Amino acid sequence: MTPLLSVDGVAKRFRGLLAVDNVSFRVAQGSIFAVIGPNGAGKTTLFNVIAGMFAPDRGSIAFAGERIDGLAPDEICRRGIGRTFQLVRPFPALSVEDNVVIGAMLRRHDPAAARRRAHEVLGRLDLFGKRHQLASALTLPDRKRLEVARALATDPKLLLLDEVMAGLRPAETDRMVSVLTELNRESGLTILLIEHVMRAVMALAARVLVLHHGATIAEGPPEAVVREPAVVQSYLGAEAVE
Amino acid sequence: MIGQLFDGVPRRGLVLLAGLLVVLLAAPWIANDYLLTVLIIVLYFAYTGQAWNVMMGFAGQLSLGHAIYVGLGGYAAAALYVHFGIGPWLGLAAAIAIAMACGAIIGFLAFRFGVGGVYFAILTIAFAEFARIGFDHFKWVGASSGFFLPVANYTRNDLWNLRGNPMMFYYVMLALTIAAFALCHILLKSRVGYYWQAIREDEIAARSLGIDTFRYKMYAVVLSAGMTAVAGVFFAFYYNNLFPEQVFHISRSIELILGPIIGGIGTLFGPLVGAFLLTGLSEAMQEFLTVLGFDAPGAKQVFYGLCLLVVVMALPGGVWPWLAAKLGVTGPRS
Repeated sequence: MTPLLSVDGVAKRFRGLLAVDNVSFRVAQGSIFAVIGPNGAGKTTLFNVIAGMFAPDRGSIAFAGERIDGLAPDEICRRGIGRTFQLVRPFPALSVEDNVVIGAMLRRHDPAAARRRAHEVLGRLDLFGKRHQLASALTLPDRKRLEVARALATDPKLLLLDEVMAGLRPAETDRMVSVLTELNRESGLTILLIEHVMRAVMALAARVLVLHHGATIAEGPPEAVVREPAVVQSYLGAEAVE
Repeated sequence: MIGQLFDGVPRRGLVLLAGLLVVLLAAPWIANDYLLTVLIIVLYFAYTGQAWNVMMGFAGQLSLGHAIYVGLGGYAAAALYVHFGIGPWLGLAAAIAIAMACGAIIGFLAFRFGVGGVYFAILTIAFAEFARIGFDHFKWVGASSGFFLPVANYTRNDLWNLRGNPMMFYYVMLALTIAAFALCHILLKSRVGYYWQAIREDEIAARSLGIDTFRYKMYAVVLSAGMTAVAGVFFAFYYNNLFPEQVFHISRSIELILGPIIGGIGTLFGPLVGAFLLTGLSEAMQEFLTVLGFDAPGAKQVFYGLCLLVVVMALPGGVWPWLAAKLGVTGPRS
């Protein structure tokens, strides 16, 4: 089976800093794939390269069989990749609902149809009751949910989630995990996530890529990856594996 | 279609809107000549404020050089009328086309090369200044000594040639203001309106949702330029004279944006409320000073400054959002 996303030998340099160093991986259609690693490992840069914020200096990225590296972010979203931002970027002066309506309008020109889609998505993310609030009035966990809702409203084939569990309480994390699992099962949505919350990673991901100083140090099923000495040493710490 | 226009507007708001419309329609029959002139200026600023609001209020692109579109529109229609005898309504099409082309050039240069925020505003000022200096030397339209339309005493109103008494101009300006208002209302409820607001709120997030921000910013600039040019045609045929030093001057651009800032940037009623407040109050103050026997030529500017200060301090969102709450007409998206 051809993978939905293939990243081949991608590198991105910011002057003296090699943020992403020759990273390659494949995300199978319908799977959930996690990227983990210590702070500053280059995870978000890797995301930004995939989502079109930066063009890679080397390497190529293919989505659904077509090259997408170097395309603009809006073009990449139109191809079917939705993303969230680690530092959330809501449209603060607009209502929660309108935030999501704007996402839904990508595939629906009619505002009424976009609003119906927005209601569906808001319901899924437990934000329906807060739809008339201004986005600026939301708490951080709700803003994280809004990020997911807005990206989901664009009907992506691949959803890039940048630390959407950070700042969530364990119960909220479990709720988000179950929402994502449902989406993945029901609609076959492929998910690529960056995550520090190992509880969520272990529950969600079928495969995990570990980055350190921009380079891949391990890749495989989560149970195997967390036992690799390099991963334990650089990221998890010895007490993580008993 | 007409019914859809009022979707989501509270009932009380509809009543107030209807009342306002009746007052505006009846005004020329009640007001004296002086008051009618003031009302024409109010509507002129409400209209141009609304046009500017499309760019800044909706799409978040700050133009401080909107006088360029007033001037280009006015000069285009006036030149066609004076040199070729082409009436203002046909001239309007040319005026709109020229202003839109100019807006497209400014927009392209800025958005293609990532000129944003304050630097974009400076670019708009620069273009207005180019136009001012250029027209100062443009002999075909009178250069710095001004360009004049023939003034004759018309016994009847000639709407086709926009020659007539203030009452006719009042109704023309009222029609334009209502049309601009309706257009903005429709746009805000459509995809383009949502996309503009997304760009205004966070351009990076907007792009990540698949919005071609370059294209939508261009729409805003071009539409705003075209709408403003219509006011320029009105200006030329109402005042019958155009001087580059006056029409393109930066103070014209600033004057035009005070209404929406004071009324409430990005709101539909803001430009109207702001224009009424500023022009109405400043004229009233001028009258008051005259009655008291004071001769204070700069008083209007000082007054504008004070209004701006009060609004920025007390009501940073503008007067309209506050007023709407007081009147109990706050819709979900007013």
